[in-house]
Amino acid sequence: MADVTMRIWRGDASGGDFENYTIAQNEGEVVLDVIHRIQATDAPDLACRWNCKAGKCGSCAAEINGKPRLMCMTRMDQLPEGPVTVTPMKTFPIIRDLVTDVSFNFAQAEKVPAFLPPPMPEGGYVMFQEDVERGQEFRKCIECFMCQDVCHVIRDHEENKAHYAGPRFFIRYAELEMHPLDQNDRRDLVREEMGLGYCNITKCCTEVCPEHIKITDNAIIPLKERVVDAHYDPVAWLGRKILRRTKRSSAEATVQPAP
Amino acid sequence: MTNTYEHHEYDVLIIGAGGAGLRAAIEAKQRGLKVGIITKSLLGKAHTVMAEGGMAAAMGNVYAEDNWMVHFRDTMRGGKYLNNNRMAELHAKESPDRVRELEQWGALFDRTKDGKILQRDFGGHRYARLAHVGDRTGLELIRTLQQKVVSMGTDVFMECKVLKLVHDADGRIAGCVAYWRPTGEFVTFSAKAIILATGGVGKSWKFTSNSWEGTGDGHAMALWAGAQLIDMECIQFHPTGMVWPLSVRGLLVTEGVRGDGGVLRNSEGKRFMFNYVADMFRAETAESEEEADKWYDDHTAGRRPPELLPRDEVARAINAEVKAGRGTPHGGVYLDIASRRSAEFIRRRLPSMYHQFMELAGVDITSESMEIGPTCHYIMGGVKVDADTAATSVPGLFAAGEVAGGMHGANRLGGNSLSDLVVFGRRAGMGAAEYIEAGEVATSLNMAEVEEAIREALAPFERTEGENPYDIQRDLQEMMQANVGIIRNAQEVEFALGELEKFTQRVKNIKVKGGRAYNPGWNLATDLPSMISVSKCVATGASLRKESRGGHTREDYPAADPEFAKFNFAHSTNGGNWDSPIVTVESPLLPMPDELKALLEEAH
Repeated sequence: MADVTMRIWRGDASGGDFENYTIAQNEGEVVLDVIHRIQATDAPDLACRWNCKAGKCGSCAAEINGKPRLMCMTRMDQLPEGPVTVTPMKTFPIIRDLVTDVSFNFAQAEKVPAFLPPPMPEGGYVMFQEDVERGQEFRKCIECFMCQDVCHVIRDHEENKAHYAGPRFFIRYAELEMHPLDQNDRRDLVREEMGLGYCNITKCCTEVCPEHIKITDNAIIPLKERVVDAHYDPVAWLGRKILRRTKRSSAEATVQPAP
Repeated sequence: MTNTYEHHEYDVLIIGAGGAGLRAAIEAKQRGLKVGIITKSLLGKAHTVMAEGGMAAAMGNVYAEDNWMVHFRDTMRGGKYLNNNRMAELHAKESPDRVRELEQWGALFDRTKDGKILQRDFGGHRYARLAHVGDRTGLELIRTLQQKVVSMGTDVFMECKVLKLVHDADGRIAGCVAYWRPTGEFVTFSAKAIILATGGVGKSWKFTSNSWEGTGDGHAMALWAGAQLIDMECIQFHPTGMVWPLSVRGLLVTEGVRGDGGVLRNSEGKRFMFNYVADMFRAETAESEEEADKWYDDHTAGRRPPELLPRDEVARAINAEVKAGRGTPHGGVYLDIASRRSAEFIRRRLPSMYHQFMELAGVDITSESMEIGPTCHYIMGGVKVDADTAATSVPGLFAAGEVAGGMHGANRLGGNSLSDLVVFGRRAGMGAAEYIEAGEVATSLNMAEVEEAIREALAPFERTEGENPYDIQRDLQEMMQANVGIIRNAQEVEFALGELEKFTQRVKNIKVKGGRAYNPGWNLATDLPSMISVSKCVATGASLRKESRGGHTREDYPAADPEFAKFNFAHSTNGGNWDSPIVTVESPLLPMPDELKALLEEAH
């Protein structure tokens, strides 16, 4: 097989540039294999994040030829001929080389009001497969954060990060909203503080999801509908005023008591 | 000496953020303690996500006949009776509650028709017992625990690598010294109790299902701190790892493929497992394909297929078939589910396997066989602990999950790992809380130990010339694969012990290039002492155990010897340094109460 040239962005928060590494190719390799061989020889300090190398942990997301991909699941023989460009995810601040500071996502995770089930009956909860399947689709998420990376609301507008949770957390809110047992109501929170309205359903997130979660169709659009229903439906509004809500409001939502 | 480093103080400090560490954190937090978690990766990326098939718990949702006593018996038989019987008992009794508790925290397991948690068949388990979510159960477990931990407001130190445990003047565990991977700056922690939950050691082998994290940090740090490691020769080679392409060799193929009907065939197309049924399992294993095939739908209509024998049995059989020249072109055997189940069934039950083979090997498992072979997967051995409290012999130090030894004996059953994490993670949190309540805790860090660890960590930057750590790692992996692999003999393990001394010297001559901020070469340089310390214990145990049992097979001693079923080999070191000599003794097994003995003797 012919040699390949890898154009890898190297640098840190203060700046950086591409470095070229020309290296032999082996049959069946993925981009991460080639990065590892460069680390083991020419550049032992080349920073990249990875763990499972099997598409299950979501650590090794980077932009390959400009598109967010998992390096461990991108086969070299399926990329176009010519140099392969590898850059860090653009939406997050650089730490070093291909490693970015993804703490934005962990901060968003802390804002999610906890799952709140009713007390567990003797012998466990009864739920049916068709009821758990909707949530299971979203729980396939491996938190690679490529949907966050590609979302133009924060990719091109740093200032939006302060009031936008992003696709990864919209599927989390959708999962909880559709969970057969959950009793928290997060709809006002999602509308008022998580910036669901900023999403104009261009489906960029769905296209990059390595787990093939239908983020836009199955999570964001239904979530938008539920939020709108909760806010603008006059009957529901009146009902809330009169009866108080059966679900707790997001402001009241607290860490659930220990079972 | 004064501490000039960034410093944090906790009641309970947990090293490792996989299933055991997170479950321990929840327990300690619920007891009102100040809890910190340190992980060398990001939160939610630990090796637990790689667990596929499920978590074993005798809930009886699919077979009402199932109960903790059958699960206990299966675990002990699978472990070839080398297990800590109290751990196996607690695990079998408590795992159903631990599974149900995950649903209180938001997990969504697959369901039976009547809305209960569905359970699937796995090797060595008499009944369908594994609660699961398709073939991504580990992800569900870690995400559930992660979300629970975050909702409780626990401090998590991510991409922070612990270098060494630190004592107080009286020899109690008092804290640890670590470094931040993003900056390379050092940080110290004081803690009244430390729980090790650092996972396994597989990265010292060339073909492994383990991620880069499996470098045995916790095993090694416990050893250096004065604790004992037991059963280190007992390494599980999972029967089904990918063998091609070479870049993914070792990657796990879930046992769920066989639980759901997949069978193993050699290059002649023959289901060879019928030729490899050990006497111990003959009475409960099918004799013909017809009998085996009836079993999948109704466990009373036939006996179990031999493809679902415990993992050590299946791995040895595959090894023997390949050695006899009946392997595939890439040196494995065939795992066939395509000819036995519909494409729709396979895609629904095994979605990750479908994608893994399609994307990495270009193989469609709904129409083609997979090529698979054994891969280094799990270490049964680990830190010797008290079953009820997870306490080690060092005051203030606890261990849970893969880093702890005893639970699985000489061989772990599939599905018993995820349940192990939550059963003993919880118990470690309880044990640490009780230790703290008792009041005899450390109050100050021995700063001389801190300074020594930092000096050692920085030494590779100060050498003007020396070796690339990646070269040492590659050579170590090849050496361990070749000499302390699935089948061992006296000559090879003795050779390995000699080589490990040479590796020790090579590590002292590492030169790291670049700076301290997010430098993977430096990080590897700090991993190598752990990998070598652990490998020495494995090779020493492999040399001393002159028999074959579970995950330890000696071609020069092919049979099990009852004399070796009476004790574990326990390793310790007096020096406390990573290059201190290893001392090994015979540590008698925990006596088994009569009522548990009776469970083992019941005829089935």
